[in-house]
Amino acid sequence: EFRRFSLERSKPGKFEEFYGLLQHVHKIPNVDVLVGYTDIHGDLLPINNDDNYHKAVSTANPLLRIFIQRKEDADYSAFGTDTVTRKKNVLSNVLRPDNHKKKPHIVISMPQDFRPVSSIIDVDILPETHRRVRLYKYGTDKPLGFYIRDGSSVRVTPHGLEKVPGIFISRLVPGGLAQSTGLLAVNDEVLEVNGIEVSGKSLDQVTDMMIANSRNLIVTVRPANQRNNVVRNSRTSGSSGQSTESSLPGGAPNLVGSLQGDEESDEEDIVIEDSGEPQHIPKAAASQSVESLSQMELHESARNGFLPSGEMDLTRSAGGVSVECEVPEPASKSLEEDGTIITL
Amino acid sequence: MRRFLRPGHDPVRERLKRDLFQFNKTVEHGFPHQPSALGYSPFLRLMAIGTRSGAIKLYGAPGVEFMGLHEENNTVMQIHFIPDQCQLVTLLDDNSLHLWSLKQHGGASELREEHRFTLKGPPGSPPSATQVTAVLPHSSREVLYLGTESGNIFVVELPSFRVLEDRTITPEAVLQWIPEDNCNRRSCELVEALREHPKNPDQILIGYSRALIVLWDLQNNKAIQHFLGSQQLENLYWQRDGSKFISCHYDGSYTQWPVASDNRQSEPLENTVPYGPFPCKAISKIYWQTTKNGLPYIIFQGGMPRASYGDRHSISVIHGSQQTAFDFTSRVIDFFIIFSSDPAAEFDDPSALVVLAEEELVVIDLKSAGWPAVHPPYLASLHCSAITCSHHVSNIPLKLWERIISAGSKQNIHYSSMPWPIDGGTNIAPDPPQRDLLLTGHEDGTVRFWDASGVCLHLLYKLSTVRVFLTDADPNDNMNTLGEDEWPPLRKVGTFDPYSDDPRLGIQKIYLCKYSGYLAVAGTAGQVLVMELNDEDAEHVVDHAEADLLQDQEGYRWKGHEKLKTRDGPVRFEAGFQPFVLVQCQPPAVVTSLALHSEWKLVAFGTSHGFGLFDHQQKRLVFVKCTLHPSDQLALEGPLSRVKSLKKSLRQSFRRIRRSRVSSRKRRGGGGNASEVQEANAKFDQDALQEMELAPVQRKIEARSAEDSFTGFVRTLYFADTFLRDSSRHCPSLWAGTNGGTVYAFCLRVPPAERRMDEPVRAEQAKEIQLMHRAPVVGILVLDGRSTPLPEPLEVAHDLSKSPDMQGSHQLLVVSEEQFKVFTLPKVSSKLKLKLTALEGCRVRKVTVANFGSCKTDDYSENDLAVLTNLGDIQIISLPFLKLQIRYPCIRKEDVSGIASCVFTKYGQGFYLISPSEFERFSLSTKWLVEPRCIVDMPEVMSNNHVHSKSGTENAARKSSAGDCGEDERKSGRLMEHALLNDEKVLKEIQSTLEGGR
Repeated sequence: EFRRFSLERSKPGKFEEFYGLLQHVHKIPNVDVLVGYTDIHGDLLPINNDDNYHKAVSTANPLLRIFIQRKEDADYSAFGTDTVTRKKNVLSNVLRPDNHKKKPHIVISMPQDFRPVSSIIDVDILPETHRRVRLYKYGTDKPLGFYIRDGSSVRVTPHGLEKVPGIFISRLVPGGLAQSTGLLAVNDEVLEVNGIEVSGKSLDQVTDMMIANSRNLIVTVRPANQRNNVVRNSRTSGSSGQSTESSLPGGAPNLVGSLQGDEESDEEDIVIEDSGEPQHIPKAAASQSVESLSQMELHESARNGFLPSGEMDLTRSAGGVSVECEVPEPASKSLEEDGTIITL
Repeated sequence: MRRFLRPGHDPVRERLKRDLFQFNKTVEHGFPHQPSALGYSPFLRLMAIGTRSGAIKLYGAPGVEFMGLHEENNTVMQIHFIPDQCQLVTLLDDNSLHLWSLKQHGGASELREEHRFTLKGPPGSPPSATQVTAVLPHSSREVLYLGTESGNIFVVELPSFRVLEDRTITPEAVLQWIPEDNCNRRSCELVEALREHPKNPDQILIGYSRALIVLWDLQNNKAIQHFLGSQQLENLYWQRDGSKFISCHYDGSYTQWPVASDNRQSEPLENTVPYGPFPCKAISKIYWQTTKNGLPYIIFQGGMPRASYGDRHSISVIHGSQQTAFDFTSRVIDFFIIFSSDPAAEFDDPSALVVLAEEELVVIDLKSAGWPAVHPPYLASLHCSAITCSHHVSNIPLKLWERIISAGSKQNIHYSSMPWPIDGGTNIAPDPPQRDLLLTGHEDGTVRFWDASGVCLHLLYKLSTVRVFLTDADPNDNMNTLGEDEWPPLRKVGTFDPYSDDPRLGIQKIYLCKYSGYLAVAGTAGQVLVMELNDEDAEHVVDHAEADLLQDQEGYRWKGHEKLKTRDGPVRFEAGFQPFVLVQCQPPAVVTSLALHSEWKLVAFGTSHGFGLFDHQQKRLVFVKCTLHPSDQLALEGPLSRVKSLKKSLRQSFRRIRRSRVSSRKRRGGGGNASEVQEANAKFDQDALQEMELAPVQRKIEARSAEDSFTGFVRTLYFADTFLRDSSRHCPSLWAGTNGGTVYAFCLRVPPAERRMDEPVRAEQAKEIQLMHRAPVVGILVLDGRSTPLPEPLEVAHDLSKSPDMQGSHQLLVVSEEQFKVFTLPKVSSKLKLKLTALEGCRVRKVTVANFGSCKTDDYSENDLAVLTNLGDIQIISLPFLKLQIRYPCIRKEDVSGIASCVFTKYGQGFYLISPSEFERFSLSTKWLVEPRCIVDMPEVMSNNHVHSKSGTENAARKSSAGDCGEDERKSGRLMEHALLNDEKVLKEIQSTLEGGR
C-alpha cells in the first residue's frame, strides 16, 4: 500500500508524532512497525528516533521515501550501508518478506536499539595519560554500577613529588554499565566530573556531583593501567570506538559544548496537566456535594489549555460529575497512566 | 568556549554586592554548652562563665556581653577577676593561666587576651609541683598567689606573669611555725583554698587539703595562727569583719573558727553537719553572710545525706529558722552571692544567689519572702526540653507583640520582681530595628516564643500543646510539692528538664501568621493544631478531624507509633494561643511540612504518606492526596520502633555523658593517671584510624530512581494566588513538593468572604511536575509579573506590601536539593535553571527569600534567595535570574545538627544551633546587624595601696562618669519600672518604634 502525504520540512516534530501519523495514515493504530527510509545513496536506513527522523526529513529531496514493515515479520538485514547495489532487492524484500529466508539466527539487536552507552571523548585535547569517558543512562534498566573512594596519588610539583588526596574508582558492579563499557577500571583516579575538577572536593561532594549528572555523566580519569593509552589512533576499544563517531554527529570535541547541548535533552521534567478526572478527586472531598458550576469552570479552564486529549477526558469526567462521584471509580491507576504527559 | 567566559564580572554589580551582602557571626544566644567555671566581679558587676571548650563569656546588664576563646580549646577550670580592675585571670586544665582585659576600642569595649603563662617548676620536679589548684588575685592588683598540688604557693607579678621566687611560700616555711606533734610534711600537700583577709591585705588564709589552715603574714613571712580540722578541707570563707572564718569539709560539715592573734592554735567555735547524723557528701563551697538583724545567711553547696540524697545537686540556704535546699536538675558548677560591695558597710546584706548549673543559670532573690527565682534576661536554657524545630517571624506588628507579652507575663507571676542584679556595663547598641520572634518547638510538646530582636534572646511566652492530649504523666503529679516537715527541705528550681514523657508530643513544624494571630503547630504523631490568640483564659472543646492520607489503599500497615489520645470534653486553656482544631493525620507519621493561609483560612499539612488541606473556618477537610510510591515499603510501615529506640539511646547517652563527667572531675586523683588515660585514648584513636584506612569509605554512584525510599515524603507546601490553569484568571492554589522530585499543584476555590461559611472550599489537581533528577523538592515559590515573590497572606491587606503584579506572567521557582528551576505559568515550561549539585557537589538544605537593603542608600533593596548547603556554606542567589552572588562558609559540614537547625529571617539574618543550648546568630546583610556593643568603664587608677576604703567612692565615680544616675536612684527607678513590668516593656516598644521609624 502506498500513501503520500506532506510534512513541513522546517518543523518536522518528534518521531513519536510522526510514528503516530504513519499509523493513522495507514489506519493501523495498534500494529508495531519498523520505519525505514532511503537516503541519497539509496541505502535503506531506519527511522526510530528523533535524530534519524530529523536526518531523514532533511535529506528529502523533495520526496522522502519511507518503508514500513510490520515488526514481527521485519527483515533486519535489509537495513545497512551496502544496500546501494541491492536496491531493487531491498524493495522486493520489503514487499515480499516471505521470499527472504535468510533471517539471522540470533538478533543481537534491532536497529532502533542502537544507542550510545558510552564513549571516549575529547581525545584530541586531553593529555595522553587521561581519558574522558561519557556514560549514557537510559531509564533504570542497567545501573551505572561503580563505587568511588578516597585515596592519594603522587603528583609532580615544583617542590618535588607530593602526595595529594584524590578520588578513585573502588569497585565495578558486575554487569553494570561502567563495567560493560570497559572504559573504567578499579583504581582509576577520577580527575573531573562533567568538566569540574574534583580536587579539593570531598568524597561525598563528588558522589553528589556524579549522581546529579548521572543521566549524562562525563568523567575524566587517569586510568590505573596506562598501557591502553599509548596508541591513540587505533580503534581497538571495540564498540565504544564506533559509538564515539556515532554519538557525536557534529564531532564536537569541546566538552562544554557537548555538555550544554545535551543538557537540555537529558533533563526532561514531566508535567501532568490534570483535567479533573474523578479518580483524582480525593475520597474525602468526593463525599461532599460537588457543585457542577465550579466543576464546569474548572473544565473550561482546562479546555483553554493545550491538551489534545483533554476533550476525551472531559466527557468522561463530566459524566462522573453528574453522579456526584458516588460511583466508586476503579482503583486509582499508577501515576503514569493518568492524564496527558507532555514533555518539556 | 563558554567555559572561558567568566560570568558576572560587571563592576557595577560587584560594587552593589558589596553594599548589600556581608557575612558576620554576630552573637551567641542561649546558654553556654558545658560550662565549667564561674567568676564574678562585684566591682564591675560582671559575671564570667568559662566552658569546657575554652570559651569565656562575660555578662552584665542585658545587652552587655563579651566573648573570648582560648586558643587551646581546653577546659576553663577557674575564673578570677582582678579586684577593682577590668581584668580577669583564667586557669585552664592544661595548667596555663591567661590574663584577659576589657579595653575600649572604637567606642566599645572588647575582651582581649593579654598574656598567657604556665607555671614552671625546677627541672626534674614532678608536674604536680606546679599544678595550680587555687588562685588568689591579691587586692593590691599587683600579684597573684597560686596554690599548687605540691603545697607550694607561688607569687606571680601582674600583668607580666613574672614569678617572684623569693616570695614563694613553701610548705617547709609554713611548717616552721607549726608544732611538729600535730603536723608533718604531708599536712601541707595540695593547697585547697587561699583567702585574703577582708580587712588586712597583708594576711592570707591558706587551706591545705588535709585540713590544716594557716593564717599567714605576708609582710613578715610567718604564720600568725594555725587551725587544725579533723576532716579533709573543701573550702574557706572569711566573715566580713575578719574576726572569724568558716571552713567546709568533705564529710558534709562546716566549722567556724575564731581569729585572735594571741592564740597560736585555735579550737573551733562551732562544728556542724547540717544534714547529719548519717554520712553526708562534701560541702564544696560555703558563704557566711551577715545581716542587720544578726541572723546570718549560711549558703553552701552539697552536704546532702549520702545514701538517700547523694545524687541531688543542691545548694542550701540557711537563715535563722528558714532553710531551703535548692535542688537543681543538673550538676552545680559554681555559685556566688551578690552582696553589698561597699567596704564601709557593716553587713554583707546578701541580695541574690547566682548559681551556674551545668544546663542553666538560676538566680534566687534572697531579699523577698520565699526566696523566689529571678527571671534571667539572657542565658536562657533553650534546651529545657530538646529543640525539635524553629521558626522565625520578622517585624511583628506591635499589637500582636503586646498580646504575646501580656500572655507571657501571666505565666511569669511566680518570678521575683527584683531587677536583674548583674547589671555592669552599659549597652550602647542601637535599638533593634524591628520586633522579631523566634519560635522554638520542643520535644515535650511546647513552643517557646523568644524575643529575637536584640542581643538578649528573652523568653516571652511558652505554649504547651500537652493539654489537648491524654498522656501518661499526670499533670498534678508535681515532684516539688513537699510537705512542711520534709527533710531535707528540698525545693526544685530551674526549668531544665530534658526528659519528655512522650516523644510523640514533639513539635515538628510551626507556622505563625503575624497579622491574624493564627498559629499552626504540627507534631511527631501526625497531629496538626490550629490556634488563635486569646487574651483571656477559656474553656472550650477542641474540634477534632482525621485525615486519612492513605485513602484506603490496600495492603499497607502502619507499624509506627499510635496517634495521641485526645482529651474528651472541654479543656481549660490559659491566656495565649488556644487550639480550636486538631487535625490528626492517619497514619500518625511525623508531619513533615505545614503551611497556613490566614486569609483563606486554610491549613495544609504533609507527612511521608501524602498531604491534605483543611478548612479551619468551616472545620472541614477539603481534600487529601496520597503521594506514596507503591514500592515504598519503609514509608508505609513507618519507622518501626525507631522513635523509642532513639529515645532510649538518648537517655543512655545522657547517662554516659554524666558518667564521663564524673570521672573527669576526678582530676585530683593524680596527674600521672590522667595522662595514662589520655595516652590510651590517643592509642585507641590511632588504632581506629588505621582500621578506617584498611576499609576505605566507598560511595556508590547510582542515579536516583523512582523506587527509592521515602519518595512520597512531602517536603514543602506553599499557597499562592496565581495563574494555574490559564493566563487570564488567577486563582488560589496549593503547591506541594515531595522527596521524589514531584510537584503537585491544586487549584482551589475559596468562596468569597460573605459566603465563606455557606459554600465549601473546593480543590482540583491541576498540575503535576516530575523533576527528572528526582531530587527532593525543598522550596516552591511563585514570582509575580515583576519577578517579585508573592507577598504573604494579609500582607497586602495590612498595607505592608505592594500588591503583586497580576498583569504580567507569573513564574514558578522550584528548588530541589540539587537544582533551582524557573518555569513559566500557567503553561509549565522550563525557563531557567541552576544546577547546584552538578557543579559544586553540594545540596540545598535550607532556602528562603530574603530582602537585602543597601547600606549606602535607603531606597534600594532586592530579593534574593538565601541558601544553606549540606557543606555548611551559605550562598546568595539572585532572583529571578538565579545567579550565584556570593558564598560564605558558615557551619562545619560535619555539624549536621547545626545545618539542620538553621533558620533564615526575612531580612538576611539567621540562626543555627552550635550546641543543644545555643543559637549562633549570623547576618548576611550589611544593613540588618544585631550584635552586642557595650562599654565597661575603666576605673581610675588609685595610687593608694589600701583600695578597700576607696573602692566605694570609685564605684560611684564610675557610675557618674558613665553619665548614669546614682545607684540608689537607679534602684528605685528599677523597682517602679517593675511594678509596671509589662506596661513598661510595652512603652519601651512604642518608644523604640517611634524612634526606630527611620
